[in-house]
Amino acid sequence: MEEETQSGVIKKFLYVNRRAPHGTIYAHEALEVVLIGAAFEQDVSMAFIDDGVFQLKKDQNTDGIDTKNFSKTFSALEMYDVEKLYVEKESLDERGIKEDDLAVDVKVISSSEMKKLITESEVILNF
Amino acid sequence: MLHTVNKSPFEKNSLETCLRLTEQDSTVLLIEDGVYGALKGTKIEDLVSESLSNVKMYVLGPDLMARGLDKNSLINNIEIIDYQDFVKLAVENERIQNWL
Amino acid sequence: MPIEVNGKSLEVDEEGYLSNLNDWEKDVAEIMAKEDGIDLGEDHWEIINFLREYYEEYQIAPAVRVLTKAVGKKLGKDKGNSKYLYELFPYGPGKQACKFAGLPKPTGCV
Repeated sequence: MEEETQSGVIKKFLYVNRRAPHGTIYAHEALEVVLIGAAFEQDVSMAFIDDGVFQLKKDQNTDGIDTKNFSKTFSALEMYDVEKLYVEKESLDERGIKEDDLAVDVKVISSSEMKKLITESEVILNF
Repeated sequence: MLHTVNKSPFEKNSLETCLRLTEQDSTVLLIEDGVYGALKGTKIEDLVSESLSNVKMYVLGPDLMARGLDKNSLINNIEIIDYQDFVKLAVENERIQNWL
Repeated sequence: MPIEVNGKSLEVDEEGYLSNLNDWEKDVAEIMAKEDGIDLGEDHWEIINFLREYYEEYQIAPAVRVLTKAVGKKLGKDKGNSKYLYELFPYGPGKQACKFAGLPKPTGCV
């Protein structure tokens, strides 16, 4: 791990999240990968598109389904220097979710801005 | 007959097909990611609302709460039930169709 | 190999981390520390308790550099540094302190 962090090459990473949080393991796994990847000190952005926006919904309480409430972990991302979270406005609108309904600070952007973000990224990981 | 839907209506057409092919007076239960189908203000709200004149619709409470949603997030006349009610519905209905 | 704590047999993984977070009690930390040759004092407990609160809030065991930063913020610069934390937990403040605290191995540690 030391070697990579000292090689000095910083790339623009984009993690694309398109799945709802609890029905499948994708969302939770993506977050683990982001946290592990944070050690490599790259330029990391996360995009939330389609059902991925549901991952950020506030007030999640998983006591009744006996799984980990990993939505709390999004608040720790800042300490891992992952500070750029982008949410597509069109995805929010289709689902009746507003920016106020989200648990962490994000930047809500339009589809055309999202297109630009994807185009400008050098490494894209999809979940 | 009891129909369950466990997929998000924004990712799969399970709910849409279920509602298209469900007999009058059936019961539809939304579980897991299926609970998103009960939200108001979505692009499929009208489709779900209209179906409520044909079917009785429930959502599983624990799955709803896990996703940060509650009664206020739901379309009117969709009822929240718990695991015991789920079991009761399964017993009351002779057959169950799971729209995966 | 499970560990014996107050007459109970608690399951741990192959690296000695508690399998079930809810099995934790103070004596778990004491017993694990003794195995590693450490006598837990107030300073150790401050970090162990800090980790448990961190886990409760964020649902993760922090990587060591994040732990160091977070400890610095909460308990001051003289504690939020590698030297201080490694003196308390020589096998690594992330790995060893998390183990004593009953948490899983920190995300991002190999």
